Amino acid sequence: MKIKLTKGAIENPLIRQLERVSGEELKRCYQCGKCSAGCPVTFAMEIPPSQIMRFLQIGMMDDVMKANSMWVCVGCLQCYARCPQSVSVANVLEGLRQLHLRKGEDREQIKDVPFPFLKNAPQQAIVCGFRKFVS
Amino acid sequence: MPRIGIFVCQCGNNIAATVDTKKVAEEMARLPGVVFACDYKFMCSSPGQDMLKQAIKDNRLDKVIVSACSPHMHEKTFRKASEAAGLNPYQCEITNIREQCSWVHHDKTKAAGTAKSIDLTRMTIERLKKNKPLKKINIPIKKKALVIGGGIAGIQAALDIAEGGREVILVEREPSIGGNMARLSETFPTMDCSQCILTPKMVEVELNEKITLYTYSEIEKVDGYIGNFIVQIRRKAKYVDEERCTGCGECIEKCPFKVESQFEMKLAKRKVIYTPFPQSVPNVPVIDAPNCPKIQKDKCGACAVVCGPKCIDFKMEDRIITEDVGAIIVATGYELMPNERFGEYGYGRIKDVISGMQFERLASSSGPTGGEIRRPSDGKTPASVVFIQCAGSRDEKKGVSYCSKVCCMYTAKHTMLYHHKVHEGQSYVFYMDIRAGGKRYEEFVRRAIEHDNAMYLRGRVSRVYEKDGKVIVQGADTLSGNQVEIEADMVVLATAIVSRTGADTVAQKLGIGYDKYKFYNEYHPKLKPVETVTAGIFLSGACMGPMDIPDSVAQGSAAAAKALSLFSSDEMMREPITAVVNKPTCNACWDCVTACPYSAIERDTVKNRDGVVVRWLAKVNDGVCQGCGVCVAACRSKAIDLKGYTDEQVYAAINAF
Ligand SMILES: Cc1cc2nc3c(=O)[nH]c(=O)nc-3n(C[C@H](O)[C@H](O)[C@H](O)COP(=O)(O)OP(=O)(O)OC[C@H]3O[C@@H](n4cnc5c(N)ncnc54)[C@H](O)[C@@H]3O)c2cc1C
Ligand code: SF4
Ligand code: SF4
Ligand code: SF4
Ligand code: SF4
Repeated sequence: MKIKLTKGAIENPLIRQLERVSGEELKRCYQCGKCSAGCPVTFAMEIPPSQIMRFLQIGMMDDVMKANSMWVCVGCLQCYARCPQSVSVANVLEGLRQLHLRKGEDREQIKDVPFPFLKNAPQQAIVCGFRKFVS
Repeated sequence: MPRIGIFVCQCGNNIAATVDTKKVAEEMARLPGVVFACDYKFMCSSPGQDMLKQAIKDNRLDKVIVSACSPHMHEKTFRKASEAAGLNPYQCEITNIREQCSWVHHDKTKAAGTAKSIDLTRMTIERLKKNKPLKKINIPIKKKALVIGGGIAGIQAALDIAEGGREVILVEREPSIGGNMARLSETFPTMDCSQCILTPKMVEVELNEKITLYTYSEIEKVDGYIGNFIVQIRRKAKYVDEERCTGCGECIEKCPFKVESQFEMKLAKRKVIYTPFPQSVPNVPVIDAPNCPKIQKDKCGACAVVCGPKCIDFKMEDRIITEDVGAIIVATGYELMPNERFGEYGYGRIKDVISGMQFERLASSSGPTGGEIRRPSDGKTPASVVFIQCAGSRDEKKGVSYCSKVCCMYTAKHTMLYHHKVHEGQSYVFYMDIRAGGKRYEEFVRRAIEHDNAMYLRGRVSRVYEKDGKVIVQGADTLSGNQVEIEADMVVLATAIVSRTGADTVAQKLGIGYDKYKFYNEYHPKLKPVETVTAGIFLSGACMGPMDIPDSVAQGSAAAAKALSLFSSDEMMREPITAVVNKPTCNACWDCVTACPYSAIERDTVKNRDGVVVRWLAKVNDGVCQGCGVCVAACRSKAIDLKGYTDEQVYAAINAF
């Protein structure tokens, strides 16, 4: 892809908001890739954790917002535990989810969840799942 | 009959594993002339050496052989021990039964290793029988140094030698010392102002009584050898009498002609009579003769009119002076690759594409813009600057294959300077790798990225072009896998550092080596980093390869320490392994003179009582001869022999085989 890099693009207000929401400083990431290397669900992500960081650094917010990565993240904090720069991609992904959810853009509708699943799943999982996917 | 002692070393298991050392000793004991033979676990240990000394005394030995490791390792050790026991050290020889026997013959039955050790030791015995006692050569030392190049490396070397109480001659090609460092704005990683830390050292050079400074001068010719160099220096005509000039600058003021300033990297003009920069040392202007109409066609002469002490002399000519010195330090520094070589970056075509060194001048408070970042085309403050690293470096095809080492760091510095001076500006850096190896260097680069907003993009730039008054930079960000386009107001190239034009000619005058990029070669890249293959000539700074200021200063001091240690005694002892000419058989064909790689052989004459030359003869200069033996092979009348390796000794060894 070809991108036009400008000060405005780098300083995208939505990305600044993401930094505030997540509490993470995106510039800190130096692209070592250790988070992507350790994440148990990298295989299922459209954009792996370290590339999420890079895309955000160079202002490619739209691509990040569209990708499934934030929803696939299981919040295990492996990325944060391993990151040499103490960046928590988990926080960034949670921040991204918040940006969606605060606009009411839910990932799941409770009514769509099959009843047998709701009945059998542990209560903890249901609470966490709703907290993660639903505003 | 000689009284020879043989000492066979086991070197722990290094030798003993595949050589039966006891058997070697027993076999040797049977040979004529051998009065003592033994083997021992570690000959080089203190007990081993004591045993050698004791055996020499007890058995009245007059020659000894240690069959052990390579003579490179312990020849000195055993010769010293022999000397301590009263022998001439050159009556001690080494047989290499480790590298040449045990380490190459893995036969566990020890048959091959033992047989070869016996043969080699036997050969050494015959060779040793022909050994003559030799005496170390004493060379007198002139305790004065010459430093070539007055950049930070040369300045440091000169100051350290002067501090050590010895005289120094500092030769600088330009009208002022200071070198490239004088051009820099602030310096990584501490961001101190370059001029502020450099000029005090420059002034120290000028004031130090032990230092004689020859600026606007170059080396013409170098003769002689360690301790005794004879150097001819060309003092180019400055057209200004240095002794009388007060440095008032009236002449510069009045000179009506201007040309581009090399010091300002063509970002500003200077007068035809000039000092490169205000804090020049010495503060004496020179006339740029090719551009002076008075000198070229006798028109003008304004400077001479206003000069109070009347020290301008348009008829001045170059002078050659001769100096005797004992050591030479080469510190001629570096240059930058011409940026025009990379058409895709647009340098020379697009006004706002500049070099890193030009950026230094823009950022320098004494530079053409007084330290404000303003672009060359229209003087506007650039709102965005793209920095392109590795411009010419790490580019086998069109540039140089090596890394220029300092540009990652100075580019990070540039982004900081830019951010400090233009708060709203955005900088972009295209890089391949960030090389920040050094104390506090990595942290420095992270600071540029995290605190001074530099946007680093991993990839090269393929094209820079102009569109609607903007400079469009087309590059890549391999981390996100994108092609990137940036509209820039200014582009800065981190140009490759290359050797000085003419570095090879200087090296040839001095007889030192250089690599394919014409950077000077150190004797050993790790263990002799400031020495050259020519004894008495040392190196420091970026003339050896890209180097930052801390390293250049460290090397300047290291080279000075080498010179001072040479000057610590009145004479130098040298190994007597040198060539000698047998006068009766030399027929003056001069084959040896041409063959000698060190120019150690002179054409000498024999005169009769009336002073008339009756014969010509080759004569070896002991001070210069390195004992390589090339002349021995070249001489067709076998008139040259190498002491310690005479034909007689070598043939005796071969015959014994
Ligand atoms: C853009 C840029 C920015 C830099 N910024 C930094 C920085 O921030 N920090 C840092 O540590 N390093 C920096 N460096 C590196 C620094 O410039 C060098 O480390 C340093 O200048 C090397 O000093 P030197 O004395 O070896 O060579 P030079 O400075 O090149 O000095 C050599 C001297 O020898 C003279 N000379 C050459 N040939 C002859 C001859 N034949 N006879 C007599 N005299 C001769 C020259 O005129 C010159 O005065 C930077 C380099 C560049 C290109
Ligand atoms: S927290 Fe999310 S992004 Fe981080 S390692 Fe776990 S699953 Fe991957
Ligand atoms: S581990 Fe940390 S520094 Fe490395 S890529 Fe991931 S977030 Fe960036
Ligand atoms: S120091 Fe950095 S910019 Fe300079 S050549 Fe090496 S890698 Fe490239
Ligand atoms: S031995 Fe080598 S260095 Fe010595 S004079 Fe002969 S050729 Fe020259």
